[in-house]
Amino acid sequence: MSGLSAHVVAERGGFRLDVGVEAAPGQVLGILGPNGAGKSTLLRVLSGLTPLSGGRLELDGRVLDDPTADVFVPPERRPVGVVFQDYLLFPHLSVLENVAFSPRARGVPKQEARRRAAEWLDRLGVADLAGRRPTALSGGQAQRVALARALAGEPGVVLLDEPLAALDAGTRLAVRTDLRRHLVGFGGPALLVTHDPLEALVLADHLLVLDGGRAVQRGTPAEIARRPATEYVARLVGLNLYRGTARDGAITVDGGGLLHAADVHTSGPVFVALRPAAVALHASRPEGSPRNVWEGRVTGLELFGDRVRVQVAGAPPVLADVTPGAVAELGLAADHPVWVSAKASELEVYPAS
Amino acid sequence: MRPRGERRPPWLLVVPGAIGALFLALPLAGLLSAAPWGHLGELLARPASLAALRLSLVTATAATAFSFVVGVPLAWLLARAPFRGRGLVRALVTLPLVLPPVVGGVALLLAFGRRGLVGQYLFEWTGLSLPFTTAGVIVAETFVAMPFLVVTVEGALRSMDRRLEDAAATLGASRLLVLRRVTLPAIAPSLVAGAVLTWARALGEFGATITFAGNFPGRTQTMPLAVYVALETDLDGAIALSLVLLVVSVTVLVLLRDRWLGGGATA
Repeated sequence: MSGLSAHVVAERGGFRLDVGVEAAPGQVLGILGPNGAGKSTLLRVLSGLTPLSGGRLELDGRVLDDPTADVFVPPERRPVGVVFQDYLLFPHLSVLENVAFSPRARGVPKQEARRRAAEWLDRLGVADLAGRRPTALSGGQAQRVALARALAGEPGVVLLDEPLAALDAGTRLAVRTDLRRHLVGFGGPALLVTHDPLEALVLADHLLVLDGGRAVQRGTPAEIARRPATEYVARLVGLNLYRGTARDGAITVDGGGLLHAADVHTSGPVFVALRPAAVALHASRPEGSPRNVWEGRVTGLELFGDRVRVQVAGAPPVLADVTPGAVAELGLAADHPVWVSAKASELEVYPAS
Repeated sequence: MRPRGERRPPWLLVVPGAIGALFLALPLAGLLSAAPWGHLGELLARPASLAALRLSLVTATAATAFSFVVGVPLAWLLARAPFRGRGLVRALVTLPLVLPPVVGGVALLLAFGRRGLVGQYLFEWTGLSLPFTTAGVIVAETFVAMPFLVVTVEGALRSMDRRLEDAAATLGASRLLVLRRVTLPAIAPSLVAGAVLTWARALGEFGATITFAGNFPGRTQTMPLAVYVALETDLDGAIALSLVLLVVSVTVLVLLRDRWLGGGATA
């Protein structure tokens, strides 16, 4: 079969990574997860810098690593292109020589390698930088050159490790749009490690959430942003996330508290996601329709765009986004008692696996 | 002028510190004051001086070249290839740095002498004998000086950003190609520094050379040996040769000032 197909088992100093990874040609698979989740180890294993300790790695039908069959293709003979986090351009070579490095290492004659490198630089819109040294490049330029260098080896899969992390916010926007175009144009599967949910949403068609060396969630970025299965992703996308048990339309939250949602058809362990903007705060117990009402205590206030994000301790604890006007009106301050309400229809309930 | 607010250092440190500096400076002053500046050129142009000068340059350069050819791979193995007994090999490499050179000379005789561990077979099979030859001088100088290269280069290999080598591997470069096109260029300043140190040490070698290679003018009598011999009969000649060695040392210091003096600009 074509594309990347792997069951990766790797052990490194007490840490164990055990995850299945599948990516079809033309697909951009985002790998999302907190520090220490195993993202970097995964990239090292796929590129051959670290051997598998178990499982099997296959690219376009060719086995690259299989400890039980004693197959291990070293990194220099794998059709894998890598864009490293700090780009790692060779400081002593010009931009052109950096991009020509891979064709030359794979046996293409010098002039031909340079011609191809110039072509890649042109395709990425940085042909005018060919003669420069990497130290004379801006972050955005270095990113493009690093991508050109990885693609110039004509790899079957390309791996990108936090490709935009080294850029400032302004450059990131422009480079991100561009990167998406080039990844789609590349044709093979692309794997993108990131901890930035926006980057994952814009760049990836499919996401794999890693935590503690295991896959904790897979799906499209939209699905995962709407129905996160980890506290980590919920925090990234700014959602309240509760784990609980559903029975007869009511959810008993694990840490304490009872929530009501509209149309709960499942029973058993569930996740409940709630947008902070859908949470209202009141000075006294609210009258009327909301089904979910509980009392809490303010533990933190933080300005968030034109909203104030209020952290409320209670059963369950909750983040609420309110206007600065509401904060003044309610006289919200740390340790201030407050009533919380949320409409049943705002609660997103889905089974926890 | 002392900037306002900066305090005077205590006398208890200033006095012994100044004595220490003077102690190091005075011998050099002695050498410079006694130098026969008037006929320095004439002294150095003597056939005996020229022969020692030429021999020293040739042997020190050959020793450096030989150190480079075997020392850089050795440094790479120590830094990059985990093998059993690596600690022991590293200790062996460092040993000549602290071993009295004359002991090194004796050890070389016992290994490469005509009846030595290896030397007897070398003589038996090829008729070659290293002691008391120019090649022997090169061997003695290499033994004493190569550790400077190995230690410098190994340190550089350990401290360089190894992720550059990873990047090169993912771009299709074999380990040898990585070494040639990424690693060696990345540590080029240390290669130069190590080579300069090695060359300077080889140029000044005395103990191992005189023990292993003897003191034959034109064949094994290098500059330091010539200085030692001339001291008895021809003081001016000895001083002249010493000045040459001093100039070489100062040049090495200037070349390496950024490494040792923490950046010449601020020093």
